[in-house]
Amino acid sequence: MASALEPATASLPAAPDPTERAPGDDRLARILAPAFIAVLVVVGWEAIVRLNEIPHYILPGPSLVARELVESWPILWPSLLITVKIAGLALLAAVVGGVGLALLCSISKWIELSLFPYAVVLQVTPVVSIAPLILIYVDEPLTAVVLCAWIVAFFPILSNTMLGLASADHNLRDLFELYGASRWQQLLLLRLPTALPYFLGGLRIAGGLALIGAVVAEYVAGTAGTGTGLAFRVLEAQYRLNIPRMFAGLLLLALTGVAIYLLFSALSHLLLHRWHESAVRRER
Amino acid sequence: MSLAVAPRADTAPRERGEASDPLVRLEAVSKTFANGTVALAGLDLVIGRHEFVSLLGPSGCGKSTALRLIAGLTRPTSGRIRGPEGAARGAVGFVFQEPTLMPWATVFDNVWLPLRLQGIGRRQAEGRVAEALAMVGLAEFARAYPRELSGGMKMRVSIARALVTRPSLLLMDEPFAALDEITRLKLNDELLALWRAQSWTVVFVTHSVYESVYLSTRIVVMAPRPGRVVADLPIEAPWPRDEAFRTSPAYNALCRRVSAELHRAMGS
Repeated sequence: MASALEPATASLPAAPDPTERAPGDDRLARILAPAFIAVLVVVGWEAIVRLNEIPHYILPGPSLVARELVESWPILWPSLLITVKIAGLALLAAVVGGVGLALLCSISKWIELSLFPYAVVLQVTPVVSIAPLILIYVDEPLTAVVLCAWIVAFFPILSNTMLGLASADHNLRDLFELYGASRWQQLLLLRLPTALPYFLGGLRIAGGLALIGAVVAEYVAGTAGTGTGLAFRVLEAQYRLNIPRMFAGLLLLALTGVAIYLLFSALSHLLLHRWHESAVRRER
Repeated sequence: MSLAVAPRADTAPRERGEASDPLVRLEAVSKTFANGTVALAGLDLVIGRHEFVSLLGPSGCGKSTALRLIAGLTRPTSGRIRGPEGAARGAVGFVFQEPTLMPWATVFDNVWLPLRLQGIGRRQAEGRVAEALAMVGLAEFARAYPRELSGGMKMRVSIARALVTRPSLLLMDEPFAALDEITRLKLNDELLALWRAQSWTVVFVTHSVYESVYLSTRIVVMAPRPGRVVADLPIEAPWPRDEAFRTSPAYNALCRRVSAELHRAMGS
């Protein structure tokens, strides 16, 4: 090849290698592979129900669940909004409390030593067993349920943020010290950016946990509680032997959990894709 | 072999250094770590203005500790240290073995950092950041993120960051040890050109005989357990130093001499 051409070709992106798959293939596979499984399960389920003539109050087929989902949408949708509201409020409180406490712990060793063990205790005690107590002492039902969900969602944010705040590169810390950085500058310019990926990891876990916490709280609160959340609708459907509606409610809850996960994954990608290894696409 | 070891720093006139007006003075400095390791025992070291001094020695000889002591990043267990005035406000630049860049910040923001910590805003800093980046040949990469750069380029950003405060003293802790040979030689030449053009003093920690001979006006050979100075050799080779110097008999002779000192240091 003429040597004069080389610099020009070198600056161009490499020609596509026919043996390598295009990047679009990967994305398509990501959707197609799980979709195939989903179709397999739905068709198999429907077939088993129909061939064995299983009654719908024992196991409804997917078609019946889908019909129930559409028919009871006016009941399920407002209930879903309430559950999402509970989970959202709990998550918000978890972020404020978790990040706040992590910051306090990073400022003072004494605060960390005296409070962190109780955060662990709160985390390891099953929320199902704390929830009835909370329902006794907290009069306002919404507050009680949010509190239960908060207990579950709080810890991953606290522990991840603490880990992140303590993970600043030692040489960078030396550099900040060399230039006489104040504590405030260290926090703002070094510790907080270092902690961001850890915090976002915690947020992704906490998002799902907040929903689980909300569901558990609604179950425990039962008729005495707020009474209109989606988890309560599922419980109510069980009492009435309306099994298709139970499935419809569960499906909605599962989809909500997935939506929360995707939302925070997108947020994480948005904030980290320029610099963090976890979010950077690998060049091959 | 003739081991015409150079006289000590305080009696020999340096090519560019002025022992009567030293920039850094360490007197009987000892450093013992909390675990009992004696990193340095009774270190005396005087570094004159405009010298390029290499601290050469095997690992564990306390050369990095000496550098951190000069920078004020750690305190001596005993002894006295005098460094340049205004060390906390940018009179000292430090380059680590790793580039040590903030991955979340652009090249511009990384180089701006030392000025930013002094309360200089982005607008005000623009000129000096651009100047520092131009010095290391990265003027066009201000908006890139560190992960988009090669190892050599990251190290250049790190050097630009150390230079942005226009320090009188540049401390470098094995800055090129993790780079490939070709990049290292190139960066050596660039560093020498910058040093000759500017008025800084450089203290350069390395474990490479060849690198130290090529770069330095003076080599301080150190020995481990406990860390101490065993030889202080002026490198009176002509300037400018380039590829021709690297292949000259004079360079080889100097390398042999420094090597012999280093072996003596490790044997004793």
